[in-house]
Amino acid sequence: MLAVKSGKQVEFSPAAMDRAREIISRYPDGKQKSALLPLLHLVQDEFGNWLSVDSMDYIARLLHIQPIEVYEVATFYSMYNMQPVGRFLLEICHTGPCEIRGAEELISTLQNKLLIKVGETSADGMFTLKRVECLAACGYAPMLQCGMHYHEFLDSEEKIDRLLNDLRSKATQNN
Amino acid sequence: MSKKILLDKINIEGIKSFDVYRANGGYASVEKALKMAPNDVIEEVKKSGLRGRGGAGFPTGMKWSFLDKKSGRPKYLVCNADESEPGTFKDRYLMEFIPHLLIEGMIVSSFALEANLSFIYVRGEFRWIIKILEQAIAEAKRAGFLGKNILGTGYDLELVVQTGAGAYICGEETALLESLEGKRGLPRIKPPFPAVVGLYGMPTVVNNVESIAVVPWIVLNSGEEYAKVGTAKSAGTKLISACGNINKPGVYEIELGLPVEEFIFSEEYCGGIANGKRMKAVVAGGSSVPILPTELILKTAAGENRLMSYESLSDGGFATGTMLGSGGFIVYDEDQCIVRNTWNFARFYHHESCGQCSPCREGTGWMERILHSIENGHGKMSDIDLLWDVQRKIEGNTICPLGDAAAWPVASAIRHFREEFEWHVMEPKECMNRNYGLREKSIMSIA
Repeated sequence: MLAVKSGKQVEFSPAAMDRAREIISRYPDGKQKSALLPLLHLVQDEFGNWLSVDSMDYIARLLHIQPIEVYEVATFYSMYNMQPVGRFLLEICHTGPCEIRGAEELISTLQNKLLIKVGETSADGMFTLKRVECLAACGYAPMLQCGMHYHEFLDSEEKIDRLLNDLRSKATQNN
Repeated sequence: MSKKILLDKINIEGIKSFDVYRANGGYASVEKALKMAPNDVIEEVKKSGLRGRGGAGFPTGMKWSFLDKKSGRPKYLVCNADESEPGTFKDRYLMEFIPHLLIEGMIVSSFALEANLSFIYVRGEFRWIIKILEQAIAEAKRAGFLGKNILGTGYDLELVVQTGAGAYICGEETALLESLEGKRGLPRIKPPFPAVVGLYGMPTVVNNVESIAVVPWIVLNSGEEYAKVGTAKSAGTKLISACGNINKPGVYEIELGLPVEEFIFSEEYCGGIANGKRMKAVVAGGSSVPILPTELILKTAAGENRLMSYESLSDGGFATGTMLGSGGFIVYDEDQCIVRNTWNFARFYHHESCGQCSPCREGTGWMERILHSIENGHGKMSDIDLLWDVQRKIEGNTICPLGDAAAWPVASAIRHFREEFEWHVMEPKECMNRNYGLREKSIMSIA
């Protein structure tokens, strides 16, 4: 599971460090380990949307805990990516209520359009497809999560095309 | 229109902001409660008959009265906003569209429990909701409803939004506490209950979002008034998140006691079955509760109208009844395959099992594999009995209720739809072609 070192020096920017300090200060004295999950989100967001061993070791030092305490938590929760992912991670819900409203059709359409299978990243490094369990959007199915946002009612090819095009143009604008 | 307690202000423009919320009577319950004795607030909640809205339905006031206040140790209130039960998306709706209602409820409830540090544990995927809540907390703090010496009463409270990271099991209250302590979400053995040994080993109450959001109304209008709404055993209103093959999926506030038939078919709620199809089955309270065929969800075995209430939905026990659960209401039309749906849920529970207890860790995987085999035309008749045997050996043999939650959907599917399992075994080729047409259907036809 913990296959990859990032090869990069992991250290928070001053802004991220301020955020980290604010998070750590929320808990009673001696209970700073409570900051572990939020800090793993923060380091994942700051360093390429996945958790390298270097990132996890950095958080262990920040919280004065053993690296193994970070690894066991990071590998337990589904939101931490233990391998590099594309620019946009598309997480498609495939649990019951989404399935009966077309989750499998959404997945196969995305696979056909991006020429990748679930678990893979497109050749341009733009998209990674992942199946996830219930995201609490059952009434707005089929749907997927991409970063901050839920994209719901993805029940036609047209809507899926529009989403992919929007994401592609977002990537161009930011570059 | 039936009575609205939680969503009565949801359509007011700008209700998400502190100013509009306050101008419409928001935070009045804080002003009232902070002049009361904390235990009197608990008494009101007890009198209301409110039952926990997360799924178990345990009386909230009673849970509060178990909190160890005598030992003088710090006490914590933790709001469970780890909404992950398939079919359930009601707490998300409350937090997204009227966040100050939860903040107001947290302040009043924390005061009643004499907690000075409280947490809202939100599932990590709700990233935008975490921002909404943090902003609402900042607004309430600026207005003097949080922080030191609230409204000059000497009461201090800090409210922290904690981020989960994707684990259904953290909706179980002791797993949630472990997660909040920065650990894997492994449920604890009970007793001791969190009311005595909870967060950081201290007395703790864990309540669902909806339960806490009701408290301001109870404080303002009294427990007796709340108890007048709904039925004798199911007081108040309940948020129901309706999904599946219905015309109007969404979140509805119903007065408990509403006939199930009216909920599904009236225009005020689900608006009937989509595409002119007939209804086949309903999962009434989130994926964990027993699935019921149409005839048993509309009427009890005794032939009485089934109502949306704790007691009516569970009438007949698991032989012919189900549970209100979390209010995650999933409707299946005649085209849906019960075997496939049961396999899907078994896969979910296998994925989400924390792995601590072998009956659940091994049993959920075993059920998933058997169901996958039957669903794909490789099943044997004896597999159906084996499946029954496995689920029976999980139920009641695990530390937390995830084991039961994994067993019940399988047991009820076999109980009520056994012939569909047998049909899959006897006609493997036909069933391969029939999985509600998945293999033939193109993406365009579902639009």
